[in-house]
Amino acid sequence: MLQFDFMRYAFIAGIFISLICGVMGTFVVARQTSFFTHTLSEIGFSGAAFGIFLGISPLLGMIIFTMASALFIGISGDRLSRRETSISLFSGIFIGLGILFLSLSSKQSSYATNILFGSIVGINIGNLYSLVALSLLILIVIALLFRQLAYNSFDVTGSQYNQHLNLLTSIVFLGLLALTISVTSQIIGSLLIFVLLTIPASSAKFYTASLWKMIFLSTIFSLVGIWAGLYFSYITNWPVTFFITMIEALIYGSALIRHQLQVSKFSFKN
Amino acid sequence: MNSMMEVRNLDIQVPGKQLFKNLSFTIPANKLTCMTGENGVGKTTLVKHILQSFKTKDDRIIINTTRAKTQYVPQLRNIDDEFPLSIHDFVGLGLRQSNLLWHTKSEKKLLQDIIKKTHLATIENYPLGAASGGEKQRAFLAQALCAEPNLLILDESTASLDTSTKNELLTLIRSLLAEQDITVLFITHDPELIEKYADYELHLSHLQAELIRKERKE
Repeated sequence: MLQFDFMRYAFIAGIFISLICGVMGTFVVARQTSFFTHTLSEIGFSGAAFGIFLGISPLLGMIIFTMASALFIGISGDRLSRRETSISLFSGIFIGLGILFLSLSSKQSSYATNILFGSIVGINIGNLYSLVALSLLILIVIALLFRQLAYNSFDVTGSQYNQHLNLLTSIVFLGLLALTISVTSQIIGSLLIFVLLTIPASSAKFYTASLWKMIFLSTIFSLVGIWAGLYFSYITNWPVTFFITMIEALIYGSALIRHQLQVSKFSFKN
Repeated sequence: MNSMMEVRNLDIQVPGKQLFKNLSFTIPANKLTCMTGENGVGKTTLVKHILQSFKTKDDRIIINTTRAKTQYVPQLRNIDDEFPLSIHDFVGLGLRQSNLLWHTKSEKKLLQDIIKKTHLATIENYPLGAASGGEKQRAFLAQALCAEPNLLILDESTASLDTSTKNELLTLIRSLLAEQDITVLFITHDPELIEKYADYELHLSHLQAELIRKERKE
């Protein structure tokens, strides 16, 4: 299987995608903004369609749309992004706009399905380089702002009063999230990036209460899903996205069951 | 008497209401001052105004420390049962002596000392979401202590606690006052706690404030 270039690229891409999803995902889950992450990937789809419509690069369209939304949400407050109505409203508006832009442009919708579902086995060496560059950029920014981000994400109220430049930290984080979604959904699709940004980190928090272990476990859960998914996809010829999503769901399910068993054992003792 | 804070002739208005007019008071340094007053008198608004004054450079409020060394412990935090972080890591979020990815040796030591002092050592690895109300308040206090504050403002930290837990928390605060250079401003409604633990009471009413010296019965 590894004699094929595209499989090697996919396995390498898996490492970097797991790294950013492990780190970003831990913060996404702490901030309880999973659904905003979902909305952001739909906004990305709309932005790509807008890019095609204008004749500029779809990636640029995506970055413009997702960054603008991140800035808007950052300034108007995280609370807005957790409100159910605003989530449904934004999702609806942006999917609608995306469809409009696609139909106005002469291009066919194959590109749209690519953005939504992507294909990790379809990537070339150029995609791989841009993914590696982006991952390093995100990881470096996070390393520099780690303490700011951790306080801001895990203690919204406390950091609001006691942290210098706290609002700016939120905006930078949302900007990084927009960038992550824009670039990775070109490669693996916005559906999969949403799963990888939320499920592994949600599973990890059932196993550990330490921040670093959470990041480590989320990364491992992503990597296991991607690598095993690639392998199963190779031997069955079924879509790799299907396998990755199912494996992540299994990891989450078993973490949840284990957690429930522990909780009932604990309350029984008391 | 050394003062931590001097407020002179401060007026505060909120839409449709004058909260304070010509407000003047002093907060004595290295003492526990309890801020009291009816609901709606403007205690939290006043505290927010004080915190803002570092930025707005309001010369009617003089505070003898920096913003970084002033820690505000809010009344409510969004920490639910599912909150994932351990008490140790939650408290550690307050460490800002450096900006490195990891905690330095001296930060680790400071964190361990604070965890011990706030009686959280035996439960430091448990998730904060599973902790009791009193344990949570101790963790909030411990996080604020990580900044090595000179001025600590506690907003109704005992409001949801039972009598013995309240007393534990205040005993802890008294021991901090005895050991280090810290001034505590504690917003509370609890007359029993004020009698027992406060050095001063700052009573807010009718647009004004009155600082009353308290004889602690220990």
